[in-house]
Amino acid sequence: MFEYLFDSFNWSGPEGIGARIIQHIWYTLAALGLSAVIALPVGLYIGHTRRGAFLAINLGNAARALPSLGLLMLAVLLTDQIGFLPVLIALVALGIPPILTSTYAGLSGVDAATVDAARGMGMTGREILTKVEIPIAMPLIISGLRGATLQIVSTATIAALVSLGGLGRYVVDGLKLRDFPQMFAGALLVALLAILLDLLFALAGRITVSPGLRRNA
Amino acid sequence: MTWIGDNLGLIWEQLREHLYLAIVPVLLGLLIAVPLGYLATRYNWLANPLIAFGGVLYSLPSIALFIVLPVILGTQVLSPVNIVIALTIYTVSLLIRNVIDGLRSVPPDVRQAAIAVGFGSLRRVLTIDLPIAVPVIFAGLRVATVANISMVSVGAVIGIGGLGELFTQGFQKDFLTPVVVGVVLSLLLALLADLVLVVLQRVLTPWARVNSPVKAA
Repeated sequence: MFEYLFDSFNWSGPEGIGARIIQHIWYTLAALGLSAVIALPVGLYIGHTRRGAFLAINLGNAARALPSLGLLMLAVLLTDQIGFLPVLIALVALGIPPILTSTYAGLSGVDAATVDAARGMGMTGREILTKVEIPIAMPLIISGLRGATLQIVSTATIAALVSLGGLGRYVVDGLKLRDFPQMFAGALLVALLAILLDLLFALAGRITVSPGLRRNA
Repeated sequence: MTWIGDNLGLIWEQLREHLYLAIVPVLLGLLIAVPLGYLATRYNWLANPLIAFGGVLYSLPSIALFIVLPVILGTQVLSPVNIVIALTIYTVSLLIRNVIDGLRSVPPDVRQAAIAVGFGSLRRVLTIDLPIAVPVIFAGLRVATVANISMVSVGAVIGIGGLGELFTQGFQKDFLTPVVVGVVLSLLLALLADLVLVVLQRVLTPWARVNSPVKAA
Protein backbone atom coordinates (compact mmCIF):
# COMPACT_ATOMS: atom_id res chain seq x y z
CA MET A 1 0.00 0.00 0.00
CA PHE A 2 2.87 2.35 0.61
CA GLU A 3 4.67 1.83 -2.70
CA TYR A 4 2.88 4.80 -4.27
CA LEU A 5 4.19 7.10 -1.55
CA PHE A 6 7.75 5.86 -1.71
CA ASP A 7 8.07 6.05 -5.47
CA SER A 8 10.11 9.21 -6.07
CA PHE A 9 8.54 9.50 -9.53
CA ASN A 10 5.24 10.40 -7.88
CA TRP A 11 6.75 13.25 -5.88
CA SER A 12 8.18 15.54 -8.54
CA GLY A 13 6.75 17.78 -11.22
CA PRO A 14 3.65 20.00 -11.45
CA GLU A 15 1.40 17.01 -10.77
CA GLY A 16 3.61 15.45 -8.12
CA ILE A 17 2.84 15.00 -4.45
CA GLY A 18 4.92 18.05 -3.48
CA ALA A 19 2.89 20.34 -5.73
CA ARG A 20 -0.39 18.77 -4.58
CA ILE A 21 0.47 19.36 -0.94
CA ILE A 22 1.21 23.02 -1.65
CA GLN A 23 -2.08 23.39 -3.52
CA HIS A 24 -3.95 21.72 -0.69
CA ILE A 25 -2.33 24.04 1.88
CA TRP A 26 -3.15 27.04 -0.31
CA TYR A 27 -6.87 26.15 -0.52
CA THR A 28 -6.93 25.57 3.22
CA LEU A 29 -5.20 28.84 4.11
CA ALA A 30 -7.28 30.90 1.68
CA ALA A 31 -10.53 29.47 3.04
CA LEU A 32 -9.38 29.72 6.66
CA GLY A 33 -8.21 33.33 6.18
CA LEU A 34 -11.48 34.39 4.59
CA SER A 35 -13.56 32.56 7.24
CA ALA A 36 -11.58 34.27 10.00
CA VAL A 37 -11.88 37.71 8.37
CA ILE A 38 -15.67 37.27 8.34
CA ALA A 39 -16.28 35.34 11.55
CA LEU A 40 -13.81 36.88 14.02
CA PRO A 41 -15.11 40.49 13.87
CA VAL A 42 -18.72 39.33 14.00
CA GLY A 43 -18.00 37.01 16.93
CA LEU A 44 -16.10 39.75 18.78
CA TYR A 45 -18.89 42.26 18.15
CA ILE A 46 -21.59 39.91 19.37
CA GLY A 47 -19.55 38.80 22.37
CA HIS A 48 -18.61 42.36 23.36
CA THR A 49 -22.03 43.97 22.90
CA ARG A 50 -24.14 40.84 23.55
CA ARG A 51 -26.30 41.91 20.61
CA GLY A 52 -27.80 39.38 18.24
CA ALA A 53 -26.30 36.48 20.17
CA PHE A 54 -29.37 34.26 19.93
CA LEU A 55 -29.62 34.63 16.17
CA ALA A 56 -25.90 34.18 15.51
CA ILE A 57 -25.53 31.11 17.71
CA ASN A 58 -28.53 29.35 16.25
CA LEU A 59 -27.57 30.21 12.68
CA GLY A 60 -24.06 29.03 13.45
CA ASN A 61 -25.30 25.70 14.75
CA ALA A 62 -27.68 25.20 11.85
CA ALA A 63 -24.86 25.96 9.40
CA ARG A 64 -22.86 23.08 10.91
CA ALA A 65 -25.44 20.75 9.45
CA LEU A 66 -24.82 22.00 5.90
CA PRO A 67 -23.37 19.20 3.78
CA SER A 68 -20.22 20.70 2.27
CA LEU A 69 -20.34 18.44 -0.77
CA GLY A 70 -23.87 19.64 -1.58
CA LEU A 71 -22.79 23.21 -0.98
CA LEU A 72 -19.93 22.82 -3.43
CA MET A 73 -22.19 21.39 -6.12
CA LEU A 74 -24.72 24.14 -5.42
CA ALA A 75 -22.02 26.81 -5.68
CA VAL A 76 -20.81 25.37 -8.98
CA LEU A 77 -24.28 25.32 -10.49
CA LEU A 78 -25.25 28.76 -9.16
CA THR A 79 -22.04 30.60 -10.07
CA ASP A 80 -21.84 28.67 -13.31
CA GLN A 81 -18.11 28.29 -12.71
CA ILE A 82 -15.91 25.30 -12.18
CA GLY A 83 -12.86 26.08 -10.16
CA PHE A 84 -11.60 28.01 -7.18
CA LEU A 85 -14.60 30.25 -6.45
CA PRO A 86 -17.17 27.52 -5.69
CA VAL A 87 -14.59 25.60 -3.63
CA LEU A 88 -13.82 28.74 -1.64
CA ILE A 89 -17.55 29.37 -1.04
CA ALA A 90 -18.12 25.83 0.23
CA LEU A 91 -15.03 25.83 2.47
CA VAL A 92 -15.71 29.28 3.93
CA ALA A 93 -19.28 28.24 4.78
CA LEU A 94 -17.69 25.33 6.63
CA GLY A 95 -15.13 27.49 8.44
CA ILE A 96 -17.34 30.31 9.68
CA PRO A 97 -19.56 28.50 12.24
CA PRO A 98 -16.83 27.07 14.52
CA ILE A 99 -14.88 30.35 14.56
CA LEU A 100 -17.98 32.47 15.14
CA THR A 101 -19.50 30.37 17.90
CA SER A 102 -16.32 29.82 19.88
CA THR A 103 -15.24 33.47 19.62
CA TYR A 104 -18.63 34.46 20.97
CA ALA A 105 -18.50 31.76 23.63
CA GLY A 106 -15.01 32.89 24.67
CA LEU A 107 -16.06 36.51 25.07
CA SER A 108 -19.33 35.80 26.81
CA GLY A 109 -17.50 33.54 29.24
CA VAL A 110 -15.45 36.45 30.54
CA ASP A 111 -16.51 37.17 34.12
CA ALA A 112 -18.77 40.25 34.25
CA ALA A 113 -16.95 41.41 37.39
CA THR A 114 -13.66 41.44 35.47
CA VAL A 115 -15.16 43.65 32.77
CA ASP A 116 -16.66 45.94 35.42
CA ALA A 117 -13.31 46.21 37.16
CA ALA A 118 -11.64 47.17 33.87
CA ARG A 119 -14.32 49.78 33.26
CA GLY A 120 -13.89 51.07 36.79
CA MET A 121 -10.18 51.56 36.13
CA GLY A 122 -11.16 53.88 33.28
CA MET A 123 -10.62 51.58 30.31
CA THR A 124 -12.54 52.42 27.16
CA GLY A 125 -14.68 49.85 25.37
CA ARG A 126 -11.88 49.25 22.87
CA GLU A 127 -9.30 48.77 25.61
CA ILE A 128 -11.57 46.37 27.46
CA LEU A 129 -11.97 44.36 24.26
CA THR A 130 -8.30 44.23 23.30
CA LYS A 131 -6.65 44.10 26.72
CA VAL A 132 -9.14 42.09 28.77
CA GLU A 133 -11.77 40.23 26.79
CA ILE A 134 -9.69 38.97 23.85
CA PRO A 135 -6.77 37.69 25.98
CA ILE A 136 -9.14 35.86 28.34
CA ALA A 137 -11.13 34.44 25.41
CA MET A 138 -7.94 33.43 23.56
CA PRO A 139 -8.00 29.69 24.36
CA LEU A 140 -11.51 29.36 22.95
CA ILE A 141 -10.79 31.59 19.94
CA ILE A 142 -7.80 29.40 19.10
CA SER A 143 -9.86 26.23 19.53
CA GLY A 144 -12.46 27.63 17.13
CA LEU A 145 -9.77 28.35 14.54
CA ARG A 146 -8.34 24.91 15.13
CA GLY A 147 -11.70 23.21 14.59
CA ALA A 148 -12.30 25.24 11.45
CA THR A 149 -8.85 24.34 10.09
CA LEU A 150 -9.38 20.63 10.65
CA GLN A 151 -12.70 20.68 8.84
CA ILE A 152 -11.39 22.80 5.99
CA VAL A 153 -8.22 20.78 5.45
CA SER A 154 -10.14 17.52 5.29
CA THR A 155 -12.92 18.90 3.13
CA ALA A 156 -10.53 20.64 0.72
CA THR A 157 -10.26 17.13 -0.72
CA ILE A 158 -13.51 17.77 -2.59
CA ALA A 159 -11.81 20.50 -4.66
CA ALA A 160 -10.66 17.66 -6.90
CA LEU A 161 -14.28 16.96 -7.82
CA VAL A 162 -14.48 20.28 -9.65
CA SER A 163 -11.21 19.68 -11.49
CA LEU A 164 -8.94 21.57 -9.11
CA GLY A 165 -5.78 20.10 -7.62
CA GLY A 166 -4.83 19.37 -4.04
CA LEU A 167 -4.51 16.00 -2.36
CA GLY A 168 -8.09 15.12 -3.25
CA ARG A 169 -6.85 14.46 -6.80
CA TYR A 170 -5.37 11.15 -5.68
CA VAL A 171 -8.65 10.14 -4.09
CA VAL A 172 -10.83 11.10 -7.05
CA ASP A 173 -8.44 9.88 -9.77
CA GLY A 174 -7.62 6.75 -7.82
CA LEU A 175 -11.31 5.92 -7.53
CA LYS A 176 -11.86 6.35 -11.25
CA LEU A 177 -8.89 4.18 -12.13
CA ARG A 178 -9.67 1.67 -9.35
CA ASP A 179 -6.13 2.42 -8.24
CA PHE A 180 -6.54 1.90 -4.49
CA PRO A 181 -2.89 2.42 -3.53
CA GLN A 182 -3.17 5.89 -5.05
CA MET A 183 -6.38 6.61 -3.09
CA PHE A 184 -4.74 5.30 0.05
CA ALA A 185 -1.71 7.54 -0.47
CA GLY A 186 -3.92 10.61 -0.92
CA ALA A 187 -6.01 9.79 2.15
CA LEU A 188 -2.92 9.21 4.26
CA LEU A 189 -1.33 12.51 3.16
CA VAL A 190 -4.52 14.45 4.03
CA ALA A 191 -4.58 12.82 7.46
CA LEU A 192 -0.90 13.65 8.07
CA LEU A 193 -1.43 17.25 6.96
CA ALA A 194 -4.42 17.57 9.32
CA ILE A 195 -2.44 16.21 12.26
CA LEU A 196 0.48 18.53 11.47
CA LEU A 197 -1.78 21.60 11.33
CA ASP A 198 -3.44 20.50 14.56
CA LEU A 199 -0.04 20.36 16.28
CA LEU A 200 0.78 23.85 14.96
CA PHE A 201 -2.42 25.14 16.55
CA ALA A 202 -1.58 23.46 19.84
CA LEU A 203 1.72 25.34 19.69
CA ALA A 204 0.00 28.62 18.75
CA GLY A 205 -2.27 28.14 21.75
CA ARG A 206 0.73 27.87 24.06
CA ILE A 207 2.29 31.01 22.64
CA THR A 208 -0.77 33.26 22.55
CA VAL A 209 -2.42 32.37 25.84
CA SER A 210 -1.20 34.56 28.65
CA PRO A 211 0.84 32.74 31.32
CA GLY A 212 -1.51 34.08 34.00
CA LEU A 213 -4.42 32.25 32.40
CA ARG A 214 -2.50 29.04 31.90
CA ARG A 215 -1.71 28.87 35.59
CA ASN A 216 -5.42 28.80 36.44
CA ALA A 217 -6.30 26.26 33.80
CA MET B 1 -40.41 20.34 -9.63
CA THR B 2 -41.50 17.47 -11.86
CA TRP B 3 -38.11 15.88 -11.14
CA ILE B 4 -39.05 15.63 -7.47
CA GLY B 5 -42.37 13.96 -8.29
CA ASP B 6 -40.75 11.53 -10.70
CA ASN B 7 -37.99 10.57 -8.28
CA LEU B 8 -39.79 10.37 -4.97
CA GLY B 9 -38.85 6.71 -4.63
CA LEU B 10 -35.16 7.42 -5.17
CA ILE B 11 -35.17 10.41 -2.80
CA TRP B 12 -36.89 8.37 -0.09
CA GLU B 13 -34.38 5.55 -0.57
CA GLN B 14 -31.39 7.92 -0.23
CA LEU B 15 -32.95 9.65 2.76
CA ARG B 16 -33.38 6.33 4.52
CA GLU B 17 -29.83 5.26 3.73
CA HIS B 18 -28.52 8.64 4.91
CA LEU B 19 -30.40 8.37 8.21
CA TYR B 20 -29.19 4.82 8.73
CA LEU B 21 -25.55 5.66 7.97
CA ALA B 22 -25.63 8.64 10.36
CA ILE B 23 -27.66 7.27 13.28
CA VAL B 24 -26.28 3.73 13.66
CA PRO B 25 -22.80 5.15 14.41
CA VAL B 26 -24.28 7.48 17.05
CA LEU B 27 -25.86 4.52 18.86
CA LEU B 28 -22.75 2.34 18.53
CA GLY B 29 -20.58 5.26 19.62
CA LEU B 30 -22.70 5.83 22.70
CA LEU B 31 -22.53 2.12 23.58
CA ILE B 32 -18.73 2.23 23.41
CA ALA B 33 -18.13 5.66 24.94
CA VAL B 34 -20.20 5.17 28.11
CA PRO B 35 -18.29 2.13 29.47
CA LEU B 36 -14.97 3.70 28.43
CA GLY B 37 -15.90 6.94 30.15
CA TYR B 38 -16.97 5.02 33.24
CA LEU B 39 -13.62 3.20 33.35
CA ALA B 40 -11.84 6.55 33.00
CA THR B 41 -13.63 7.99 36.01
CA ARG B 42 -13.00 4.84 38.00
CA TYR B 43 -9.32 4.59 37.08
CA ASN B 44 -8.34 8.23 36.89
CA TRP B 45 -5.01 7.71 35.11
CA LEU B 46 -6.97 6.53 32.06
CA ALA B 47 -8.87 9.78 31.59
CA ASN B 48 -6.22 12.06 30.08
CA PRO B 49 -4.77 9.51 27.62
CA LEU B 50 -8.32 8.62 26.48
CA ILE B 51 -9.26 12.27 25.93
CA ALA B 52 -5.99 12.94 24.08
CA PHE B 53 -6.42 9.84 21.91
CA GLY B 54 -9.97 10.92 21.10
CA GLY B 55 -8.63 14.31 20.02
CA VAL B 56 -6.17 12.72 17.61
CA LEU B 57 -8.84 10.41 16.14
CA TYR B 58 -11.18 13.34 15.68
CA SER B 59 -8.56 15.25 13.70
CA LEU B 60 -8.45 12.52 11.03
CA PRO B 61 -10.32 13.69 7.91
CA SER B 62 -13.48 11.67 7.25
CA ILE B 63 -12.68 11.02 3.59
CA ALA B 64 -9.28 9.68 4.62
CA LEU B 65 -10.84 7.32 7.16
CA PHE B 66 -13.39 6.11 4.62
CA ILE B 67 -10.52 5.02 2.38
CA VAL B 68 -7.88 3.88 4.87
CA LEU B 69 -10.24 1.75 6.97
CA PRO B 70 -10.85 -0.91 4.31
CA VAL B 71 -7.09 -1.41 4.04
CA ILE B 72 -6.86 -1.94 7.78
CA LEU B 73 -10.05 -3.98 8.16
CA GLY B 74 -9.96 -5.86 4.89
CA THR B 75 -13.45 -4.64 3.91
CA GLN B 76 -14.44 -3.55 0.40
CA VAL B 77 -13.58 0.08 -0.37
CA LEU B 78 -17.13 0.73 -1.54
CA SER B 79 -18.81 -0.96 1.42
CA PRO B 80 -21.09 1.20 3.64
CA VAL B 81 -19.57 -0.63 6.64
CA ASN B 82 -16.52 1.66 6.35
CA ILE B 83 -18.72 4.73 6.77
CA VAL B 84 -20.48 3.25 9.78
CA ILE B 85 -17.16 2.37 11.43
CA ALA B 86 -15.52 5.69 10.58
CA LEU B 87 -18.43 7.69 11.97
CA THR B 88 -18.55 5.44 15.05
CA ILE B 89 -14.89 6.30 15.66
CA TYR B 90 -15.74 10.01 15.41
CA THR B 91 -18.70 9.64 17.74
CA VAL B 92 -16.65 7.82 20.36
CA SER B 93 -13.77 10.29 20.14
CA LEU B 94 -16.20 13.17 20.58
CA LEU B 95 -18.39 11.60 23.28
CA ILE B 96 -15.65 10.21 25.49
CA ARG B 97 -14.86 13.68 26.80
CA ASN B 98 -18.50 14.47 27.51
CA VAL B 99 -19.09 11.15 29.28
CA ILE B 100 -16.06 11.72 31.51
CA ASP B 101 -17.06 15.34 32.25
CA GLY B 102 -20.64 14.26 32.86
CA LEU B 103 -19.76 11.49 35.28
CA ARG B 104 -17.37 13.82 37.06
CA SER B 105 -20.19 16.33 37.50
CA VAL B 106 -22.02 13.95 39.85
CA PRO B 107 -21.82 15.56 43.32
CA PRO B 108 -19.77 13.35 45.68
CA ASP B 109 -22.39 13.50 48.44
CA VAL B 110 -25.05 12.21 46.06
CA ARG B 111 -22.78 9.30 45.19
CA GLN B 112 -22.02 8.63 48.85
CA ALA B 113 -25.72 8.77 49.71
CA ALA B 114 -26.38 6.08 47.08
CA ILE B 115 -23.62 3.90 48.50
CA ALA B 116 -24.92 4.46 52.02
CA VAL B 117 -28.43 3.34 51.02
CA GLY B 118 -26.82 0.16 49.76
CA PHE B 119 -26.64 0.63 45.98
CA GLY B 120 -24.16 -1.68 44.29
CA SER B 121 -21.82 -0.04 41.82
CA LEU B 122 -23.68 -1.19 38.69
CA ARG B 123 -27.02 -0.04 40.04
CA ARG B 124 -25.49 3.23 41.20
CA VAL B 125 -23.99 3.97 37.77
CA LEU B 126 -27.19 3.10 35.92
CA THR B 127 -29.70 4.82 38.19
CA ILE B 128 -27.72 7.69 39.72
CA ASP B 129 -24.52 8.63 37.88
CA LEU B 130 -25.67 8.29 34.27
CA PRO B 131 -28.98 10.15 34.70
CA ILE B 132 -27.15 13.04 36.38
CA ALA B 133 -24.61 13.05 33.53
CA VAL B 134 -27.36 13.13 30.86
CA PRO B 135 -27.22 16.88 30.08
CA VAL B 136 -23.44 16.84 29.49
CA ILE B 137 -23.54 13.58 27.51
CA PHE B 138 -26.42 14.86 25.40
CA ALA B 139 -24.54 18.04 24.55
CA GLY B 140 -21.90 15.82 22.92
CA LEU B 141 -24.51 13.56 21.39
CA ARG B 142 -26.18 16.50 19.64
CA VAL B 143 -22.89 17.67 18.13
CA ALA B 144 -22.00 14.14 17.04
CA THR B 145 -25.39 13.55 15.42
CA VAL B 146 -25.40 16.77 13.42
CA ALA B 147 -21.76 16.27 12.40
CA ASN B 148 -22.44 12.69 11.29
CA ILE B 149 -25.41 13.72 9.17
CA SER B 150 -23.29 16.27 7.36
CA MET B 151 -20.30 13.89 7.04
CA VAL B 152 -22.27 11.02 5.51
CA SER B 153 -22.70 12.96 2.29
CA VAL B 154 -18.92 13.15 1.88
CA GLY B 155 -19.12 9.40 1.31
CA ALA B 156 -20.65 10.18 -2.08
CA VAL B 157 -17.18 11.28 -3.21
CA ILE B 158 -16.22 7.61 -3.12
CA GLY B 159 -19.62 6.43 -4.29
CA ILE B 160 -21.46 5.60 -1.06
CA GLY B 161 -23.79 7.62 0.99
CA GLY B 162 -27.40 8.60 0.98
CA LEU B 163 -28.29 12.12 0.02
CA GLY B 164 -24.74 12.78 -1.16
CA GLU B 165 -25.60 10.75 -4.26
CA LEU B 166 -28.17 13.41 -5.15
CA PHE B 167 -25.35 15.96 -5.13
CA THR B 168 -23.07 14.03 -7.45
CA GLN B 169 -25.98 13.13 -9.74
CA GLY B 170 -27.18 16.73 -10.03
CA PHE B 171 -23.62 17.87 -10.56
CA GLN B 172 -22.91 15.38 -13.34
CA LYS B 173 -26.15 16.28 -15.13
CA ASP B 174 -25.61 20.02 -14.55
CA PHE B 175 -29.02 20.05 -12.92
CA LEU B 176 -29.78 22.11 -9.82
CA THR B 177 -32.92 20.44 -8.43
CA PRO B 178 -31.41 17.22 -6.97
CA VAL B 179 -28.63 19.24 -5.31
CA VAL B 180 -31.10 21.63 -3.67
CA VAL B 181 -33.32 18.73 -2.60
CA GLY B 182 -30.29 16.97 -1.11
CA VAL B 183 -29.08 20.03 0.80
CA VAL B 184 -32.55 20.87 2.14
CA LEU B 185 -33.30 17.28 3.19
CA SER B 186 -29.92 16.91 4.85
CA LEU B 187 -30.48 20.15 6.81
CA LEU B 188 -34.01 19.08 7.79
CA LEU B 189 -32.74 15.68 8.87
CA ALA B 190 -30.08 17.29 11.08
CA LEU B 191 -32.58 19.71 12.65
CA LEU B 192 -35.11 16.94 13.23
CA ALA B 193 -32.54 14.61 14.80
CA ASP B 194 -31.38 17.46 17.04
CA LEU B 195 -34.98 18.15 18.06
CA VAL B 196 -35.54 14.48 18.90
CA LEU B 197 -32.45 14.55 21.14
CA VAL B 198 -33.65 17.71 22.91
CA VAL B 199 -37.05 16.11 23.60
CA LEU B 200 -35.40 12.87 24.70
CA GLN B 201 -33.17 14.77 27.10
CA ARG B 202 -36.23 16.47 28.63
CA VAL B 203 -37.93 13.13 29.04
CA LEU B 204 -34.83 11.61 30.65
CA THR B 205 -34.33 14.48 33.10
CA PRO B 206 -37.76 15.29 34.54
CA TRP B 207 -36.19 16.86 37.62
CA ALA B 208 -34.63 19.62 35.48
CA ARG B 209 -38.14 20.87 34.74
CA VAL B 210 -39.26 20.78 38.35
CA ASN B 211 -36.32 22.92 39.42
CA SER B 212 -36.50 25.35 36.51
CA PRO B 213 -36.62 29.00 37.58
CA VAL B 214 -39.87 29.49 35.69
CA LYS B 215 -41.67 26.96 37.88
CA ALA B 216 -40.04 28.30 41.02
CA ALA B 217 -41.16 31.87 40.38
